[in-house]
Amino acid sequence: MQVLSVIGYLILAPLAGGLLDGIDRIISARMQRRKGPPLLQPFYDIGKLFSKEVIAVNNVQMLLNLSYLVFLAIAGSMLFAGKDILMCLFILSTADMFLIMGASSDSSPYANLGAGREMIQMMAYEPLTLIVAVGFYLSSGSFQVSDIIGQQYSSVLFMPGMLLGFMFTAAIKFRKSPFDLSTSHHAHQEMVKGLTTEMSGPTLAIMNIAEYYEMILILGIFCLFFLNGNWWSWPLAIAACAVIFFLETLWDNASARLKWKTLLDSCWVITLLFGGVNLLILMLLK
Amino acid sequence: MAKVSKSPWLLHYDASSCNGCDIEVLDCLTPKYDIERFGIINTGDPFQADILLITGGVNSQTEPVVKQLYSQIPEPKVVVAVGICACTGGVFKECYNIKGGIDTVIPVDVYVPGCAARPEAIIDGVVQAVAILDKKREEYRRQKNAK
Ligand code: SF4
Repeated sequence: MQVLSVIGYLILAPLAGGLLDGIDRIISARMQRRKGPPLLQPFYDIGKLFSKEVIAVNNVQMLLNLSYLVFLAIAGSMLFAGKDILMCLFILSTADMFLIMGASSDSSPYANLGAGREMIQMMAYEPLTLIVAVGFYLSSGSFQVSDIIGQQYSSVLFMPGMLLGFMFTAAIKFRKSPFDLSTSHHAHQEMVKGLTTEMSGPTLAIMNIAEYYEMILILGIFCLFFLNGNWWSWPLAIAACAVIFFLETLWDNASARLKWKTLLDSCWVITLLFGGVNLLILMLLK
Repeated sequence: MAKVSKSPWLLHYDASSCNGCDIEVLDCLTPKYDIERFGIINTGDPFQADILLITGGVNSQTEPVVKQLYSQIPEPKVVVAVGICACTGGVFKECYNIKGGIDTVIPVDVYVPGCAARPEAIIDGVVQAVAILDKKREEYRRQKNAK
């Protein structure tokens, strides 16, 4: 079962991620009264990127991007294998470090600025991510994903505040406005393409595939909030993920990019208010 | 197969345009014309672009920039000159600082006339450029295999 779900994740996550990205682009277009690209556009993009000439700006960028991909895949596999959630989140942060190193390995000032901003973004979402992991531990008595989804009640009953907080910070992970400081899927003229400025062709394609793995991983964590021992919690979790994803798209289209200071302040206030208070109540209850 | 033609990404550069053509290029992104329905994205990044869209004639200050942008775009790539200035130099042709059309510095594949070029004409030019892009891609693949 475990092996199956890991293999399923490794194969299906990029496909599902690409499809979600396609849906996201169409919904965004409709919100702006445009027709939007075809549903399979992300796959066309990746296919094209692989067929382009390789312009290597240095020897390590490709390697670092590959590490980003591999580490994300490992982090996701841990979640889908039902292993330790804390470990999974740590590997997720490690993966991000590879991306930052990859971006700062080249000489473009835009990429370096993007890498700096990515670091700030990590500082913004990391505290809440840890609080969420502790929240899972307090509500289920274990860090193991398999125990968390085997509980009698969904974790969200104990940690609604953390869910709201996690929805807030997930916009950073999804690279959605207003938090798309380091790079974004849309035209990003103020510092060209940020983090990915010097990535071209296959290097960018690999980064995109890694992002799809990450997207599914984050949605998987959202699922954890809703899953419990009963079968009906699965459709419920998937429906909740769909709603959350739609809300992120809506928010993306309704807001403009923030400055990094506002990002940091707002994320930490949300972390304290929703995550911290929720954690305190949980500690008193349990 | 036709992979590039399904996701051509644009890079727009203003060589010395009066801004008339630039506005029309931006017009193509608006809901009315919506070039994203062809999978086209307006990137600001030469490393990720397939089509170089240039408005305005080349002068001595923008010449090195145009050359550099062109060299930074990975193969296969095409160049579209938008507006009469970019095609031939237009009304500024005789100016002391203008070198002439874009083709005086880099090879141009598609010329889009008009002052300012209409969004419909620009989209048409881009669609023609996409066809050329496909041909170039075939060539590029053959060259790579031959190596
Ligand atoms: S073609 Fe006309 S509108 Fe376009 S840049 Fe030249 S003068 Fe301006």
